[in-house]
Amino acid sequence: MVKIRIPTPLRPLTGGKSEIETHASDIQAMIESLNGQFPGLKSRICDDSGEIRRFVNIYLNEEDIRFMKGKDTPLKDGDEVSIVPAIAGGAHS
Amino acid sequence: MTSTKIKGLICRECGKEYPAVSLHVCELCFGPLEVQYNYKEIQASLTRKKIEQGPKSLWRYVDLLPIMGEPTVGLHAGFTPLVRAKNLGDELGLDRLYIKNDTVNHPTLSFKDRVVCVALTRARELGYETVACASTGNLANSVAAHAASAKMQCYVFIPHDLEAPKVLGNLVYRPNVVEVEGNYDDVNRLCSEIAGEHNWAFVNVNIRPYYAEGSKTLAYEIVEQLGWTAPDQVVIPMASGSLLTKVWKGLNELHKLGLITQMGTRVHGAQAEGCSPIATAHKEGRDFFRPVKPQTIAKSLAIGNPADGYYALKAAAESGGAMDSVTDDEIIGGMTLLAQTEGIFAETAGGVTIGVLKKLVKSGIIKRHEVTVALITGNGLKTQDAVINAVGHPTRISPSLVQFQKTFNLSKTGDSHE
Repeated sequence: MVKIRIPTPLRPLTGGKSEIETHASDIQAMIESLNGQFPGLKSRICDDSGEIRRFVNIYLNEEDIRFMKGKDTPLKDGDEVSIVPAIAGGAHS
Repeated sequence: MTSTKIKGLICRECGKEYPAVSLHVCELCFGPLEVQYNYKEIQASLTRKKIEQGPKSLWRYVDLLPIMGEPTVGLHAGFTPLVRAKNLGDELGLDRLYIKNDTVNHPTLSFKDRVVCVALTRARELGYETVACASTGNLANSVAAHAASAKMQCYVFIPHDLEAPKVLGNLVYRPNVVEVEGNYDDVNRLCSEIAGEHNWAFVNVNIRPYYAEGSKTLAYEIVEQLGWTAPDQVVIPMASGSLLTKVWKGLNELHKLGLITQMGTRVHGAQAEGCSPIATAHKEGRDFFRPVKPQTIAKSLAIGNPADGYYALKAAAESGGAMDSVTDDEIIGGMTLLAQTEGIFAETAGGVTIGVLKKLVKSGIIKRHEVTVALITGNGLKTQDAVINAVGHPTRISPSLVQFQKTFNLSKTGDSHE
């Protein structure tokens, strides 16, 4: 199992859950699995061509996956993944 | 008078549009928002002559700044000297070097007075009574000063280890000065959380799209002061990377609006080696950066997780610009060189700019005959500790003519002009 931390702005899509566990062999599969459970999540994380959005950071065990194999970064049992918007939001509008 | 020059905000990434409110992150893709203008409408009335007849401040470019009405805060910011730096040019091997001297910006002696007067004018338009910021020092000084004169409530958040003059330069205006135990990136994160809880105008959080536009005025002024021509290059210090991005935007706007006919300017970025996430990514040919823990005397540039790092890399690439970084010793060398050749006492960030300028000349990227502008963005009186061991000591004597002449090896009559 892989543990995924969900940021506040995406929690409305996960029914308020801040942590989700899933089986996935790599980041790409993890995103698909998340989208299966919580439809619409993928379009917030990835652009229309399926690439991870520039201002969405994904960390595997604290390391930015851009410095590994990006979407193809393999996952193994016990890994922890964090999804973090690059610019913190939460301001009044 | 309400202007229609602002269309609203637009996400730089996905293009989603928003009204011109206090919002800085796209709710769909988390990209940063920026102000969108009606350039057609602006172009219809904006001329060089109109600008030249405007006030001797950055407000002469009000048509290209994101406020709806008349400016109400910081009426004297900007329009700082563009100094022909002949001595420094001789030293470095440059025939046409200029210093854009924001060490004398009004009222707090750094380029931050540009962004703050725009941010606070806009914050007032949006109905805010309290302003705040996360700062490495200069921004806090400027927000505190402008808030005092605008009679607005003010909170400034700074890292706990700032230079004493920058701390005092806040306290004197009586804002709430909050020293956060952590570095700038910790301060910034905290401010994002506070901005979510309190309905305040955080100039570089929820007001950031408006605030950042103020930096464009550096580009406008340089072009106007060069007789409405764009320089061959500008060397720009980078912290968040916003300044470089906005100088590039400003140059492109002038070209697009037909106020200059040619624009082939390269924008070069300068960082301190102890905090160079953007310059390092550029060197390694990446368009993303690895956040760092800053370790440098250039505290005003000590942002380890630069918000506009990606766009700074993009602007440098689009313009054909370079990036480089310098050590703390090279920063001090840059500060003293600028002071001793041009009589301009810059803060550590200025040392970074001059240090990188020197390197870019040496490596042949900047050539002798090219028109080169170095942005000097803050005043050395705020970072005196950095050079305290590099400037020597006064020569102490008793009040005696003989001792004076003896000490300086001056003969009794020989040197006399009488």
